[in-house]
Amino acid sequence: MNFFELAWSILPALLRGTVVTLEITGISISIGFILGILLALGRIYGNKSIYIVATTYVEVIRGTPLLTQLFLLYFGLPSIGIMLSPFLAAIIGMGLNSGAYQAEYFRGAIQAVKSGQMMAARSVGMNKFKAVRYIILPQMLRLVIPSWSNELIYLVKYSSLAYMIQAPELMAQGKVIAAKNFRTFEVFIVVAFIYLVIVLILSKILDILEKRIRIPGLQTQAV
Amino acid sequence: MSEMILKVEDIHKNYRELEVLKGISFEVKRGETKVVIGPSGTGKSTLLRCINQLTPPDKGRVWLDGVKITDPKVDINKIRSSIGMVFQDFNLFAHLTALNNVRIGLMKVKEMEKREATDLAMEELRRVGLGDKTSSYPAELSGGQQQRVSIARALAMNPKLILFDEPTSALDPELIGEVLEVMINLAKEGMTMLVVSHEMGFARSVANEIIFMEHGVIIEEGAPQQLFTKPKHKRTGEFLHKITELYGESGK
Amino acid sequence: MAIDKLILIWQSFPSLLRGTLVTIELTAGFLGLGLIVGIPLAFGGVYGNKFIAVTIISPFVKVFRAIPALVLLFLFFFGSASFGIEMSAFTAAILAIGFRSAAYQSQIFRGAIQSIGVGQMMAARSIGMSKLKAIQHIILPQALRLSIPPWTNEYAGILKDSSLAYAVGVTELMRQGRYIVARTFGNALLVYLVCAVIYFVLVYTGNKLLGLLEEKYKIPGYEVKKGARKVLERI
Repeated sequence: MNFFELAWSILPALLRGTVVTLEITGISISIGFILGILLALGRIYGNKSIYIVATTYVEVIRGTPLLTQLFLLYFGLPSIGIMLSPFLAAIIGMGLNSGAYQAEYFRGAIQAVKSGQMMAARSVGMNKFKAVRYIILPQMLRLVIPSWSNELIYLVKYSSLAYMIQAPELMAQGKVIAAKNFRTFEVFIVVAFIYLVIVLILSKILDILEKRIRIPGLQTQAV
Repeated sequence: MSEMILKVEDIHKNYRELEVLKGISFEVKRGETKVVIGPSGTGKSTLLRCINQLTPPDKGRVWLDGVKITDPKVDINKIRSSIGMVFQDFNLFAHLTALNNVRIGLMKVKEMEKREATDLAMEELRRVGLGDKTSSYPAELSGGQQQRVSIARALAMNPKLILFDEPTSALDPELIGEVLEVMINLAKEGMTMLVVSHEMGFARSVANEIIFMEHGVIIEEGAPQQLFTKPKHKRTGEFLHKITELYGESGK
Repeated sequence: MAIDKLILIWQSFPSLLRGTLVTIELTAGFLGLGLIVGIPLAFGGVYGNKFIAVTIISPFVKVFRAIPALVLLFLFFFGSASFGIEMSAFTAAILAIGFRSAAYQSQIFRGAIQSIGVGQMMAARSIGMSKLKAIQHIILPQALRLSIPPWTNEYAGILKDSSLAYAVGVTELMRQGRYIVARTFGNALLVYLVCAVIYFVLVYTGNKLLGLLEEKYKIPGYEVKKGARKVLERI
């Protein structure tokens, strides 16, 4: 059959894989979000030991490949008796990884919020916690949108690495199909196309979101 | 050797819907210093850029020393190397020392030998009073110094005419004097200059003729004495009065 | 037991070293191809023909940035076979990730060019330089300097992406690690930790060296106009 017939016939299987891809991405970015905020706040407002721990974590994660981190979780942990399923290893690995990068974006965005804001918040009697929660974070979240959108798109693309630890996402489905029909190149053209479509749609949605949340006068660039 | 260095005829320029220049014509003789004055936003800077074609005019013709430079067949880069331009924002090449800023045109456009180019560049820098700042970078120099380097850069190319686009408008008041001094000396030495400026003192004492422009047309043209004391148009008188009030007669 | 582990590390050293070397070669290849293709793309996009920019440059950049690196690797590796071209996994990797890096680097350089004020080009043309000369002598030197910080980011990203070449069989560091684990029925955790350390050292060293480069070519007094140091995004 020709290329289009092939593409049509493999689409259902690929879409099953796509669902897993999106699940992995969604869960990982959420884990990363919570971890990232904690790390960022720790680095800015925490005491010396918290700062050191957080900074070390961020530097180490950012200094090593995601693939290595996934391998450590999936192939390495069994050495000390911890067996993770591919899906679990994928979301933990990517979540921990994304957390380190999001920490940096949040940190940059917090620092971009004018220092006067914190001073003003304290001057009306808010303690540090309240000031961060009601004044700093809301502004920071708006400033960080471009970087965060970038991170989401990045995760969609790099979820493909979960294939290497045997997670049944889009890449894996592609490989399974190719192993059966030997038309690897064409299969992966379709896979590439699916990623392209996801990325395009996601970018558009994030764009619209950014415009909706914009506060007049408050720039949406993190610096 | 012709008398007329620059002839500008019927220059028109539109930006989108707005007509910025509505038919400008004038001439500049060899050795003359002509100063263009007028309210901001009336197209004075655009006019200068139309002359060396950095902004191509929509209509009109320009002659430089007899050569019609608005002709599409003309090598505009060659022409530009005979016209000097000094910008309001200096526009010194940020990554080059003062010496290199002045030298680069000589070496890369006029293809001079390094030794010759260096000697010439040094001479021009000394001429503007910056012989000791040759290895300084633009960011290390004051505004006045930067502008003087930019004049040296223009001079080094041995231009037939220098265009000055509000050369002192971006300078701190105390630095304006050093730049005006260089310009006055140039005028005395016989350089042909077309200057857009608010410096009324300079205009009054150095210009051979002043052109008053408003809303894209030339309102009046004449010797400084005449414009300042007996302007032909009411608008000219109003403007000069206002601006002399505002800026005083600095730069003498 | 600890001694066993240490002996294991010691014996694996040569393999790991070979793997590291391949990793470095891959990285150099990616960045090199990316630079050679990326710079013209950037300048073409800013100063060139608008038609070419829209029909060739823009789609190239969009596509190579939107498709995951792993997918690109597969496409080049398996695609070459489909079209009858003999290509080693190493070559396929260099092309796939190299062109991808070109797409990203073109954006880095484009940003740098655009942050150089328009006055620089005007001044260059006003003394009679052609567009080409102006780009060569005035714009390019400044653009390269301004590009170093984001390019350092790209370096780190590419170095880490070299691990993906594992998927098409290139014997870089991760694959060497895998072989060691398989050969010795060894402690996977330990082996991959060592790999992680090696990557970390490579990234750290590279960053430091590029930092020195930035210092060396800094234009005295010239502040990076875009305000405080931007937290660089991963790409």
